[in-house]
Amino acid sequence: MKNRIPNRKAICDVLLEKAKEDKDIVVLCSDSRGSASLADFAEAYPEQFVETGIAEQDLVSIAAGLAHCGKKAFAASPACFLSTRSYEQCKVDVAYSNTNVKLIGISGGISYGALGMSHHSAQDIAAMSSVPNMRVYLPSDRFQTKKLVEELLKDEKPAYIRVGRNPVEDIYQEEDCPFEMDRATVLREGTDALLVACGEMVRPAYEAAAILEEEGIQTTVLDMYCVKPIDREAIIHAASSVKAVITVEEHAPFGGLGSMVSQIVAAECPRKVINIALPDAPVVTGTSQEVFDHYGMTAAGIAKAVKDVLSDE
Amino acid sequence: MELQELSRLAYDLRKDVVDMIVAGNGGHIGGDMSVMEILVTLYFKQMNISPENENDPDRDLFVMSKGHSVEAYYAVLAKKGFMEIEEVKKQFSQFGSKYIGHPNNKLPGIEMNSGSLGHGLPVCVGMALASRMDKRENRVYTVMGDGELAEGSVWEAVMAGHQYHLDNLCAVVDRNRLQISGNTEEIMGHDDLHERFRSFGWHVIDVADGNSIEQLCAALDEARRTKGCPTVLIANTIKGKGSAVMENKASWHHHVPSQEEYEQMIKDFMERKEALAV
Repeated sequence: MKNRIPNRKAICDVLLEKAKEDKDIVVLCSDSRGSASLADFAEAYPEQFVETGIAEQDLVSIAAGLAHCGKKAFAASPACFLSTRSYEQCKVDVAYSNTNVKLIGISGGISYGALGMSHHSAQDIAAMSSVPNMRVYLPSDRFQTKKLVEELLKDEKPAYIRVGRNPVEDIYQEEDCPFEMDRATVLREGTDALLVACGEMVRPAYEAAAILEEEGIQTTVLDMYCVKPIDREAIIHAASSVKAVITVEEHAPFGGLGSMVSQIVAAECPRKVINIALPDAPVVTGTSQEVFDHYGMTAAGIAKAVKDVLSDE
Repeated sequence: MELQELSRLAYDLRKDVVDMIVAGNGGHIGGDMSVMEILVTLYFKQMNISPENENDPDRDLFVMSKGHSVEAYYAVLAKKGFMEIEEVKKQFSQFGSKYIGHPNNKLPGIEMNSGSLGHGLPVCVGMALASRMDKRENRVYTVMGDGELAEGSVWEAVMAGHQYHLDNLCAVVDRNRLQISGNTEEIMGHDDLHERFRSFGWHVIDVADGNSIEQLCAALDEARRTKGCPTVLIANTIKGKGSAVMENKASWHHHVPSQEEYEQMIKDFMERKEALAV
């Protein structure tokens, strides 16, 4: 792997840069500044940093109180705790009260591979997406993460952003990262199958498309970093010209990207949809890569799933 | 307004609350009655907040953590000029109404949505931190129920308030000793409440009669003078305060009076008001 910069570090870099001019940016951590790559921010701007200790509920409510008074609050905590331990605070104090809190779920999905189900966030997309007024973003690489955070700094609405712990291979480049807020990025276009992926599953989906191309199968690949509001138009447009749709996400099989894409395709342009996701069970122990390999959440596994569904048609 | 006048006002507002609950056919009447003087004191004697300065960043901030006492909150906000009391009475809890059964910040004068317990104090910690960052002189207040103190998130915020020495933060506990299932001490006891807050580093003031505006005022003045740590008032109130029909009865936590009970309550409110000679 060439890239050594995880998406969480890309978030910190944007905040460090913007905080030079913007004294209303406040970062909050729950004893998570190291794992969130936000220690540099805490050191550079101690007056704009709030440590809540290991108290995720407090983290979110305090962020909401700060935001109510005009601060641009970024509350960072492991996604597993942020999205479930403090779920009610996210629902009531952030989404319902409509406070300008950006919830940063770090080490998302199965980043903490071997640490067990307590440390996996495979429910966060479903949980957060079902809350009115909460937006959900899973950026795919460090360049897209940077663009996303820059955009989020321009609005005053709640959002949940999930990033993984480990560096992921670049998809875009510093100078070439097409990005439109709340619009999926079309990575390639084909007429056999549509691959819709989010977060760190975009890279293997993109690689799967290259494998399939060698075998004469043409795919469209959508980087659906904006899981909510999801880009319906892009899905309908792309799905309408293919035989089958395959979704890929680092999430439980219910209530996530796959469910949302299935709903849209079923209603607007019915055709077969296959969801590649984590199982509805505690995942096997291992590094995240070992776990992905085990469940076929790799370029080869995704390519096989595409071939299987196309051969069934 | 003088303290005596405010004490009399509290009984007029109690009538507004009961009218609201009867018209809306539901409401947390017992806690409305216990918290009334706390709200009247904050809004009419302590806080710098009114419809004229509701968007001023230097205004004092209040979060109704025990959001279920929203009827008392509406009555006080209406008296303060944030809303029309007759409109509230007419629309409270009706289909499609904006006057719902818990505070909502789409309404003027309400800072944050509440209803889920244990949220107000941590939100206020955030507000108090923001005021300090911006070097403002305003103060931040919340009112919690005593049953609410069983929520763990309250104690996370109590820790944070001490950690950051938030002397611009003041919490009031409406210590009416009853919750929906009965006596607080039988459900989840708080008899050592003062010691708990003290051991967390807070300045604790016991308000012997939490329905006395005079005592509440003195305690809130002391809180204002207290530097280096947040203050909590343990306000010993009476649930259902104002009428023997409901005083100290857990069954009146959420209850709609019958016509007969309603008439007796209004009579009791007015008698107690008249007993407070101007």
